[in-house]
Amino acid sequence: MTRSSDDRSFRIGTGAFAALVLLIVAGIAFELTRQSTLSIAKFGLKFWTTKVWDPVSGDFGALPFIWGTLYSSVLALLVATPIALGIAIFISELSPRMLRQPLAYLTELLAAIPSIVYGLWGIFVLVPIVRKVEIAMGAKPALGVGMLAAALILAVMVIPFTSSVAREILKNVPATQREAAYALGATRWEAIKVAIGFGRTGIIGAVMLGFGRALGETMAVTMVIGNSPQISASLFKPQYTMAAVIANEFTEAADELYLHALIEIGLLLFIITVGVNLLSRLLIWSTKRRAQTIVVIPVIVAEEVPA
Amino acid sequence: MTANLRRRKIYSGIFETLCALAVVVALIPLAMILFYVIKEGFGALNLDFFLHMPKPVGESGGGMANAIAGTLILIGIAAAFAVPVGCLCGIHLSEYPGTKFSSIVRFAADVLNGVPSIVVGIFAYGILVLPVKRFSAIAGGVALGLLMIPIVVRTTEELLRLVPGGLREGALALGATRGRAVFSVIVPAALPGILTGILVALARVAGETAPLLFTAFNNRFWSTSLTQPIASLTVQVFTYAISPYDDWHRQAWAGAFLLVMMILALSILARLAVRRLERMNRS
Repeated sequence: MTRSSDDRSFRIGTGAFAALVLLIVAGIAFELTRQSTLSIAKFGLKFWTTKVWDPVSGDFGALPFIWGTLYSSVLALLVATPIALGIAIFISELSPRMLRQPLAYLTELLAAIPSIVYGLWGIFVLVPIVRKVEIAMGAKPALGVGMLAAALILAVMVIPFTSSVAREILKNVPATQREAAYALGATRWEAIKVAIGFGRTGIIGAVMLGFGRALGETMAVTMVIGNSPQISASLFKPQYTMAAVIANEFTEAADELYLHALIEIGLLLFIITVGVNLLSRLLIWSTKRRAQTIVVIPVIVAEEVPA
Repeated sequence: MTANLRRRKIYSGIFETLCALAVVVALIPLAMILFYVIKEGFGALNLDFFLHMPKPVGESGGGMANAIAGTLILIGIAAAFAVPVGCLCGIHLSEYPGTKFSSIVRFAADVLNGVPSIVVGIFAYGILVLPVKRFSAIAGGVALGLLMIPIVVRTTEELLRLVPGGLREGALALGATRGRAVFSVIVPAALPGILTGILVALARVAGETAPLLFTAFNNRFWSTSLTQPIASLTVQVFTYAISPYDDWHRQAWAGAFLLVMMILALSILARLAVRRLERMNRS
């Protein structure tokens, strides 16, 4: 055997395993579609716009779950984004050098804690606190479980994802950007604003990555949101999310139509999260590329022309 | 100092303080979760927890022996199939980083990483539970393995790239083929890092609950059969947490404690390994 044919078989051999990753993603899309045909055929677009969820009479509309998922994720983002960006800025721009690694490690630890542990903590620690707050605010009903608890727990879970990507974006901003700001007499915060401005596309990507996480989060939300399919803007009412209804009802789905309806919700969740992820990766990637292609133009000092 | 500059400096100071505050705000829930898991969990943990089976409601004591064994079996299955796939894929990406194919695969791995775990659970249900009409350890293990693959791919690729380029060039200059250079020189150099990367990926999926609910399901009894439903720590914690019994709540905290300790230990180990590799790269 020649060397080049050895090299080629190595390339193709390892490439086959790489192709498997593509196959898995395609397989998920295919399987979810195949397993939800009954519900797609029966309800069509009505599935997404009606709010009756009645397994007994076989009538399914997913609107309350879509609402719950979007509402809880957007609320979580509103809480998490300023905090996550603050962390990213502090660690990459302000913190003393020796604190950087430990702080980065601690915030990333938030991402390592399993969802089920968040849920357990949510049920026994967060929900009672939220209930006290609700009673103090005179909210009705003051159950503790509901949208507010879900959004708060989601916010905590999303912070590490957004902040670690935002940190990396800030690290990639060319130093010349900050130096130029300082040279013009900017304060520290003004120089940071320049850096954020340069990386804003990527930072939007980081926020979207967090959004994608929040959309698909299952256990912790299921345990604190109250699981009641209703569309309400109230922060205190129990509601339901797409992931939560799948987790709760999947094993109870007695007939095929019910199962297909649940899988169709999974299909939509898949499409939305893939879309959000693709977009966020593109934004992050384009910012990094821009940071790398910035060429430092050498300063040419004009020679003094003799008078 | 002009009034304008003073104002801008105060402004700057305020925002810098707010950023520091954000770090504190994020660390509060982390500290609270760790505090409660240790306080509630450590007290509830005893030898019985590891050695005994769950007791029926009303009888106190008992443990999660079956769930601990179940989790080990599930992550064993996951590793058996995700590690070879993930590592070889990662090797390909690091050896041929610039090709179009590699960019697409890298992108797909990132997409797979962002797919909600419950959706991956539905996929495993569709291909492994539905055809045989039975929940099984295999289905649960495969669901976890699918979640592991993207993590293993990216850590393998990243760690292989930390290996000094001179090693590869040296091997190739001595007449080694590409495969020889990779498997005899480059991979061994990065091996400690890759192994701990795999351990971290295992710790991540060991904490997964959602994809197991309808693949591995749960089992009140001792079972090591791969074709039968099997218990797992996470599903057991979930079942106990939403139950109305104090005794079960204590068990749930003990289970959570075990999970968190396992994950902490592995992630610290991984950090040490990566640091060693980075030092090697610098020298």
